Amino acid sequence: MLLSNTFVLGASAGVFNSGDILFTIAMFAILLFLVKKLAWGPLMGIMKQREEHIANEIDSAEQSRAEAKKLLEEQRNLLKEARTEAQILIENAKKQGDLQREEIITLARTEADRMKESAKLEIEQQKEQAVSAIRDQVASLSVLIASKVIEKELSVEDQEKLINEYIQEGGR
Amino acid sequence: MNHESPMINIMGLWFNLSNVLMITVASIIVLIIAVVCTRNLSMKPTGKQNFMEWVMDFVRNIINSSMDWKTGGRFHVLGVTLIMFIFVSNMLGLPFAIIVDHTLWWKSPTADPVVTLTLAAMVVALSHYYGIQLKGAKEYGRSYFQPVGFIFPLKIIEEFSNTLTLGLRLYGNIYAGEILLSLLAGLATSSFIGVLAAAPLTIVWQGFSVFIGSIQAFIFTLLSMVYISHKVSHDH
Repeated sequence: MLLSNTFVLGASAGVFNSGDILFTIAMFAILLFLVKKLAWGPLMGIMKQREEHIANEIDSAEQSRAEAKKLLEEQRNLLKEARTEAQILIENAKKQGDLQREEIITLARTEADRMKESAKLEIEQQKEQAVSAIRDQVASLSVLIASKVIEKELSVEDQEKLINEYIQEGGR
Repeated sequence: MNHESPMINIMGLWFNLSNVLMITVASIIVLIIAVVCTRNLSMKPTGKQNFMEWVMDFVRNIINSSMDWKTGGRFHVLGVTLIMFIFVSNMLGLPFAIIVDHTLWWKSPTADPVVTLTLAAMVVALSHYYGIQLKGAKEYGRSYFQPVGFIFPLKIIEEFSNTLTLGLRLYGNIYAGEILLSLLAGLATSSFIGVLAAAPLTIVWQGFSVFIGSIQAFIFTLLSMVYISHKVSHDH
């Protein structure tokens, strides 16, 4: 067959091309070295760099997310605090208002009582005064009337008798 | 179709000049791709850098599927170079073959068993080297007698069969593809009807070979990493 001798291993004019072994290995080694130096190294470098870059980005993103979360929590707490504070303030103001109202009312009540009392006292005094003035008036009036009556009614003998009576009484 | 290889003898070693040429071409293409794709690197990758990073991630996933990244990371550059070199090598033979005076010059370097077996042996040798370096000679030696002692001969056979299958699988796939392509080309040059018959078949087979070449590059890298991980990892 025409092809039969080309199928034999290393079939080339019946000699073994042993030099090709050395050449293949040498070329492959050189190629390996050059590819590593010129292509693989730089590319690996940039890939590693990118890996680091991405890792850094992820790290920083995570960090900023945590920070944002913390800030949010803080703000929420502050808001809650402010709300409770406002509540307390309102509560206090209400209490104070109640207290003040009570105070004002009691003050007003006592003042009114006091004024009523003093007014009553004054009225009593005035009444007393008026009564005593009337009594005085009545006394003098009665004396006047009496003297007027006596002046008109007393005769000489009666006057005499009366004087004697007084003298006698005075002599005793 | 039975083409000669341009053999020369230098200091007792036979060199197949077409292999030498094609390995050099493949290496240069890989280097150009790698270098062009890693110019103007930026944190936000665009275009070419994306492609190169995709390749790196692809190999990284291959390594991660067989060992953890702490031990596997050191083989990353090896995997990237392997997959790119084998892929480019596989593709080189597809568009055309250059034959001068019955001497085949342009072909896939991976269509030569010596080249593929060299790569396979290199990977296996590296796996032994790193196995001793990472686990220590004692544990490395003990791994040949685990889980039971009598398995030792099988383990030795396994090492050679690993090397052979790894290299010959790649060689067989690519070489078969090239043979069929050259047969189709022969058919196309034979007659006018031959051209009509060969054209669609060639297109289909080239498309299939692109697929095969990619798969083989992937499989070679994957198995390399699996073999290395068997040697360097403690748990198996």
